[in-house]
Amino acid sequence: MNTSSGHPTSPHVQIYRMPLTAVLSITHRVTGIILAIGAILLIWVLSALAAGPESYAKVQPVLQSWFGYLVLLGITFSLYFHFCNGIRHLFWDVGMGFEIETADKTAKLAIIIAAILTIATWVVAAGVE
Amino acid sequence: MSDFRTPLSRVKGLGSAKEGTSHFWHQRLTAIALIPLVIWFAFGLASLPTDYASLTAYIQQPVIGVGLILLIAMLFYHAQLGVQMVLEDYVSSHAKRTLMIIASGFLFLICALVGIVAVIKILVGA
Repeated sequence: MNTSSGHPTSPHVQIYRMPLTAVLSITHRVTGIILAIGAILLIWVLSALAAGPESYAKVQPVLQSWFGYLVLLGITFSLYFHFCNGIRHLFWDVGMGFEIETADKTAKLAIIIAAILTIATWVVAAGVE
Repeated sequence: MSDFRTPLSRVKGLGSAKEGTSHFWHQRLTAIALIPLVIWFAFGLASLPTDYASLTAYIQQPVIGVGLILLIAMLFYHAQLGVQMVLEDYVSSHAKRTLMIIASGFLFLICALVGIVAVIKILVGA
């Protein structure tokens, strides 16, 4: 790139700092893909349950290993993030919340509520065990 | 300038893709259906012990079993629509993209059917 002329150059995509709303936009898609895989995991667990106690006995220890908990925690946060950000999308669909300040505010709100719902779900689950 | 579209095509409003806004609309409908279903299911599941007996007893309640079937149907339809959109945006080869959309569609359809049959099996205690 010729920068010697001194005129301003446009930012390159790799050094461009994405605004929060853009980060949430791509995260919505990434969590969507994670949840599609998570949905397939749910079917795996349900099939094991339907097949009887012996087959579920093979699945349960996998779910309750440290790795299983890590995956479930990731899915829980992905779920609530996609949930909250999806509600943002539904508001945009009816033409609400497009102002930059509002979009920024709802972006932060989506992250905070997703985190609260994730913690709440795991607190409920920890209370049962 | 003359308009080559027939009055019928304009009334139907389905455009050249022949399906109009149905992808967009179904994505929103399934999203709205999933709002209550997801919260109900996530907290319902979290408040249960994870042993075989508790989980099957939970699903065997008719309201829970039917709700779970609804959730599976909405979830996989929503997943199929979303994954299709991602593939359309990021896979540039037409052949690859079409094959991946078909393959993921079949995968989600099979998963949904297997899941629904599993719930029915647990529901009737077979």
